[in-house]
Amino acid sequence: MAEDILKLIQENVIQGRITKDDEGFEEGMSGQPGVTELIEMALAQNINAQDIINNGLTKGMEIVGEKFEAKQYFIPDMLASAQAVGAAMDILEPHLAGTAAKAKGKIIVATVKGDLHDIGKNIVSILLRGAGYTVKDLGNDIDTSTIVEAVREEKPQFLGLSALLISTMANMADVVQALKDAGLRDKVKIIIGGAPVSEEFAKSIGADGYGADGFGAVRVVESLFNADAT
Amino acid sequence: MPREGILVRTPYERITDEQVQQIHHASMEILKDPGLISFNKEAAEIFHGNGADVTKVSSGDNPCWLVRIPEKLVLSAVDSTNKTVKLGARNIENILVMKGDEPRVFFITGSETNTWLDVGFQTYVRKSEPATEIRVPEFHPRRGTVADLCKSAHVCEHLQTVDGYIRTVNIQDKDITEDNKDVNKFFASLNNTTKHVMSGLTSLKQLDNVVRMAELIVGGKEQLKENPIISFITCLVKSPLQFVEDTTDTFIEICRRGLPVVVSSSPQAGTSAPIKEAGIMAQINAEVLAGITLSQMVNKGTPVLYGSVPVRARMDTLGDSYGSVETSQYNIDCVQMARFYKIPNYSTSGVCDAKVPGQQSSIERLFSDLVVTLSGPQFLHCAYGLLDCNAIFCLLQAVLDDAHFQMIKFLLKPAPIGEKEIAETLKQIREVVATPDKMYIRYIRPVMRSGEISSPYPFEGDLTSDNVFAMAYERMNELLAKPVEHIDSATTSKIFQEIPGLLPRLNVYEERR
Amino acid sequence: MSEDIIAALKENVIQGRKTIDDEGIDEALSGKPGVVELTRSALDNNIPLETIINQGLTAGMQVVGDKFDTKEYFIPDMLASAEAVGAAMEILKPLLEASNIETKGKFVIATVKGDIHDIGKNIVAILLRGAGYEVDDLGTDVPTEKIVEVVMESKPQFLGLSALLTTTMLVMGEVVEALKKSGIRDKVKVLIGGAAVSDEYAKEIGADAYCTDAFHAINVLDAFREARV
Repeated sequence: MAEDILKLIQENVIQGRITKDDEGFEEGMSGQPGVTELIEMALAQNINAQDIINNGLTKGMEIVGEKFEAKQYFIPDMLASAQAVGAAMDILEPHLAGTAAKAKGKIIVATVKGDLHDIGKNIVSILLRGAGYTVKDLGNDIDTSTIVEAVREEKPQFLGLSALLISTMANMADVVQALKDAGLRDKVKIIIGGAPVSEEFAKSIGADGYGADGFGAVRVVESLFNADAT
Repeated sequence: MPREGILVRTPYERITDEQVQQIHHASMEILKDPGLISFNKEAAEIFHGNGADVTKVSSGDNPCWLVRIPEKLVLSAVDSTNKTVKLGARNIENILVMKGDEPRVFFITGSETNTWLDVGFQTYVRKSEPATEIRVPEFHPRRGTVADLCKSAHVCEHLQTVDGYIRTVNIQDKDITEDNKDVNKFFASLNNTTKHVMSGLTSLKQLDNVVRMAELIVGGKEQLKENPIISFITCLVKSPLQFVEDTTDTFIEICRRGLPVVVSSSPQAGTSAPIKEAGIMAQINAEVLAGITLSQMVNKGTPVLYGSVPVRARMDTLGDSYGSVETSQYNIDCVQMARFYKIPNYSTSGVCDAKVPGQQSSIERLFSDLVVTLSGPQFLHCAYGLLDCNAIFCLLQAVLDDAHFQMIKFLLKPAPIGEKEIAETLKQIREVVATPDKMYIRYIRPVMRSGEISSPYPFEGDLTSDNVFAMAYERMNELLAKPVEHIDSATTSKIFQEIPGLLPRLNVYEERR
Repeated sequence: MSEDIIAALKENVIQGRKTIDDEGIDEALSGKPGVVELTRSALDNNIPLETIINQGLTAGMQVVGDKFDTKEYFIPDMLASAEAVGAAMEILKPLLEASNIETKGKFVIATVKGDIHDIGKNIVAILLRGAGYEVDDLGTDVPTEKIVEVVMESKPQFLGLSALLTTTMLVMGEVVEALKKSGIRDKVKVLIGGAAVSDEYAKEIGADAYCTDAFHAINVLDAFREARV
């Protein structure tokens, strides 16, 4: 019984169905329980939250990742799946607190001061949630001092900065400097992204990584996470 | 269900209604004075018998007659043409229905080139860095053969946007003669594509053999009338204003058999027609109308296409400049004239001055393909694969051309905007704007795979370098490897028994020794 | 006075002005005497034939040729100049025959049997006349026997054959054979031209040369003439 539900959760992650009203990748699934209903059912059956995550959600996202590599799935497909996982994590979060299970890590994301662009940042947030991270999105046009405060209070493992304009990308350097000045620089890994920035720019301002797109960001975060873990 | 082509809801018009009238009247003036010189006696007699003013102007070696055609004869002929022309096909799903007042465009290959351009890839190594290799496409011209014609028809059978096939290769095998060229080129085409096949006729003596071949394929004379799987293009006019003796003979015989025929004239602005637009248009319109008038006098109701192949001369060699902007202008003008007469129009685009696939060929081809399509000709001879005016055929280029035709067809799809769509989208907008991330991305999925979104450029590669030729080359080979539906074994036997001159190697059912 | 006339003659060749009514490239010349009037004027002033031809007509055409090479002039410009020179040569022809000055040679030109294309041939004819050759144009769709007959009777130094179709280019081979059979093949240089043919094809059928266009033909002919001297 437990196996069946976990299999269904996996399947609906792959189909990208958050609730029973959603259409999946395949047609005709509307009406069947989606990921959120299935998570509730699993919890009602006392299935362990970590179990649900590992054998339901994570396994599902792995298969989604493979389909993406094989060019069967494109970004909208991955987003649907990641959103389903995100919704599941919202339900599971309270059940995780107090257990040994932890989210993989916490990441704060923000678009820097002077810049309103956020689609890329929003996609990255969804994908990182889908990959098992806790994501706090501060929003757009965020003052450097606000970012530093958030890092001080929330103590995230990672900080993601986004900018689309050549004029605003300079603010990323300000954030790095401000964290140094506040003595917080070595407590957090900084990743940057956005059309005008690059690998070289990241190095030049002293950031830890650069993500060319949502998946690039997730890969960089994962590799930094794994490097830390070892 | 016949092929749909693409309907151009509001065709691009270059000239005003008044200008169309002016050209029409100028053509009528030309047909009165100076009139046409016919080197073909029968045509002169037919015109005379129908009330045109015909006088013999020279005897001896090359007798000819001056023919003056009054407007009423022209208008009566235009009236009697069938405003709907059906071009049949071995596979009835490939039938084309062309209506003179409907700007529904069908894309057709062509034409008869002397040179086949093979493509190969060579690997070069950089002198300064021997570890760096690059693959470079190289092009090798040679005389085209009947095997090449088979390949060309085969690939065009599989190119999505190709609606019909005009033979693309002048077959020059050592065993091809004036007596067997037509039957072999028609057979090679018909046997490798189930789409409509059009060609010129090299020798009038072969007309009956070619027609008989088509009858055998569809099952008889009546069936061929119902489903004309072959048609002809004849250039009976030599510009300026002359009917050529032998091609006019051919034209008359084709009309007698009631098969669809393109009345073609190919004046070159600057040499055989005036350099100015008013002049070439008045002249070509007169020439084509004269041919159409003749067709209806020979056999009323002969399915004809208003076939115009105007081109401007280049100033440095006085050869054709198909890549010139004027050439597209004249073609668009001709589309409008044909629409004025409500006769389905054969127009030309995609022919270029460039001699190899590359930047120039891409620009020249895309430019004219796009603008002439937008003017809404029914039969667009858009010459997939043609290079160096009509001298070279390159199969790789044909594969490349199909990609931009997919874009053009997609462009012209009707806009999916209506009450239902507006209601749905208002709901969606309100929903999404209320969410924190305000993203519409979630709603892409149902639309992504249904064909409602255009496909990316098929030869895109990895975007860091231009790999178009290599990818198109692979695609070409994929298409060559896909099977085609040959004519069935029983019919093939009958054809080889009845039709003289066919090369045994074209019979796919014969055991190879 | 003579110098002025010759200078004006050369200038009007360059301008492509055949008669007083023609426009040249330079609009200011409209209404002034053209090549035809100036040629007559030169004769009236007893200027020697050689001077008229060499310093007026040929010198003018040389400048035209240079302008064509540098892409300042295109074919329509060259044609206008060549037609003007052709008209001048028509006037001078009877005097030339009387005086034993030779033209550069006689050139018979034809489009072979079965082919009606002639624009290229016509351009070649005009330009060759402009270059000082005597050109006999037999027209299009000319039977092989007729070509051989003309070569036998008028004994030209050169025979030019034109064809546009791959079907009709085969007839060029037949003409060469017919010339051989009649024993006159070695009496005339055979040049071929047209979109379908090539250097290889010329060799294949035993023609003396293939010419890509009229200008190439003029160079080939000059080479033949020099070789004979």
